[in-house]
Amino acid sequence: MKGDWTRRIALGILVFVVGAAIAAPWIAPHGPVAQNLVAALKAPGPGHWLGTDQYGRDEWARILYGARLTLEIAVAAVALGLAIGGAIGFWAGMAGGWVDAVWMRLMDIVLAFPYLLIAIAVVTALGPGAFHAAFAIGAYLVPSAARVARSAALSLKDRDFVEAAHALGAGRWRVFARHLLPNSLSTLWTFAGVSLGRAVIFDAALSFLGLGAQPPQPSWGDMINSGRDYLLASPVLTLAPGIAILLTVAAFNFASERRAGLS
Amino acid sequence: MARYLLGRLAWLVPTLLGIAFVTSSVLYLVPGDPAQILLGEMATPAQIQALRVQLHLNEGLWGRYVLYLGDTLHGDLGRSYVSQKPVTVAIAGALPETAELALTAWVLAAAGGSLLGVAAAARPGTWRGAVVTLASVTGFSVPVFWLGILLIYLFASVWHVLPTGGVGGIRHLLLPAVTLAVPSAGIIARFVADGMAGALGADFVRTAAAKGLPPWAIVWKHAFRNAIIPAVTVMGLQLGELLSGVVLVETVFAWPGLGRLLFNAIGQRDLLLIQGIVLLLAVTFVLVNLLVDVAYGMIDPRIRLA
Repeated sequence: MKGDWTRRIALGILVFVVGAAIAAPWIAPHGPVAQNLVAALKAPGPGHWLGTDQYGRDEWARILYGARLTLEIAVAAVALGLAIGGAIGFWAGMAGGWVDAVWMRLMDIVLAFPYLLIAIAVVTALGPGAFHAAFAIGAYLVPSAARVARSAALSLKDRDFVEAAHALGAGRWRVFARHLLPNSLSTLWTFAGVSLGRAVIFDAALSFLGLGAQPPQPSWGDMINSGRDYLLASPVLTLAPGIAILLTVAAFNFASERRAGLS
Repeated sequence: MARYLLGRLAWLVPTLLGIAFVTSSVLYLVPGDPAQILLGEMATPAQIQALRVQLHLNEGLWGRYVLYLGDTLHGDLGRSYVSQKPVTVAIAGALPETAELALTAWVLAAAGGSLLGVAAAARPGTWRGAVVTLASVTGFSVPVFWLGILLIYLFASVWHVLPTGGVGGIRHLLLPAVTLAVPSAGIIARFVADGMAGALGADFVRTAAAKGLPPWAIVWKHAFRNAIIPAVTVMGLQLGELLSGVVLVETVFAWPGLGRLLFNAIGQRDLLLIQGIVLLLAVTFVLVNLLVDVAYGMIDPRIRLA
């Protein structure tokens, strides 16, 4: 029972965040980069219900557009990680033997890097920016996606219906596309949910460090970084984007929760 | 046990070689000439050429990798072009601070996470279990750098009970260590709770209860000792997460460790210093996980006796 309502609240938050991200241009009261230095650092009030930042930009508009930027990066990163990692994992799991061993050892090497270091290495080499951040986060997700896909393939490949398909002369591609992939979707879906949460938090960390989307783009991590200079004057500038990150990540985590666990 | 250990050790070599390959190729992928970037606009062609030779930039990817490996094994990671100090000296200066912070946070995370996890599992289906679940998910969903800023705001700016940052005794260590520990504690709590839920349903727990053991003895002496085994692996992996978090937390708290050194090096494009710190942190992570696997093997009789 409890799992049901936490999940429902989480899905509600996600619908809201995705809706905000899509509808930002229509529902935001101001442009996200429109400066108005006369109205800088205004406290929350009429006209700007979350106040304004040091350039007089509307904080709520920046949060809304920030949702858009964050989700774009997170979805791109997870899609990249799942596409490459999934392909490696299914290949390794179906082929077995030395192919499997080589790929998994390679994945272990990538996993040997704490996530931020992969991102720092990528961004140091390629330069900062939203696109490179998405690439770096995607690269980090590849080995875990490969492991998930591999274990899905391993658990399925000895099942009767897969062996029957082989016996009927189905080729590897057909077995993969008609049997392994459809039966792995729920596992991959759960992985995608958890990964989206991780991607959002990593993206925030990268842009906080100045390695992600560059100003004046409204990125939640960068908003926290610039907000902390005005912490005493206007704490909302730091609080609001942090709460946005926390709610989004927690919602992804709760929504993709498996039934086992604490509940 | 011996075979298990040998297998883990044999695997260490290719992993370390792979890590060195990734860090060495960072310099290879940088757009433009790294020597030019390091020396700046004013450098003469002769200076640039000298540095190119020193950094093996005239070699191909593989040649450079082999030479980089040789330099690294001789303890030569190059010089920071900002401070002109050898990278190894810069790292050695910052390492103790990071070790202190990360280890304190690790202990806090393991202890806090275990307590939370046991509390959640010992009272399944009650409001207490639900609160603990919420706390643990919130713990690993919160951005650490934001949590740090929030704690500074409350404890230093509003209540004036703790310093905003820097080093100097336990008062300075408290906030950054707690901040760094929170996400890991959340994850460890989940694994401990999962393990506890399984252990509390096992036959030996029913036997212990039938013997008339008090609940605390069942929970801690019987269930917890079994539940902790899978959680040990997670605690080891969490040190990797801590090494990522360290960059963020040290930046927020002006803690003079490797993380802040790395952050500053990124800002100044101090390529060799970045390369050196990334290499050290990745190698540390691998070695810690090796130690955890060995510890795991010693705790778990199924592996110890095999």
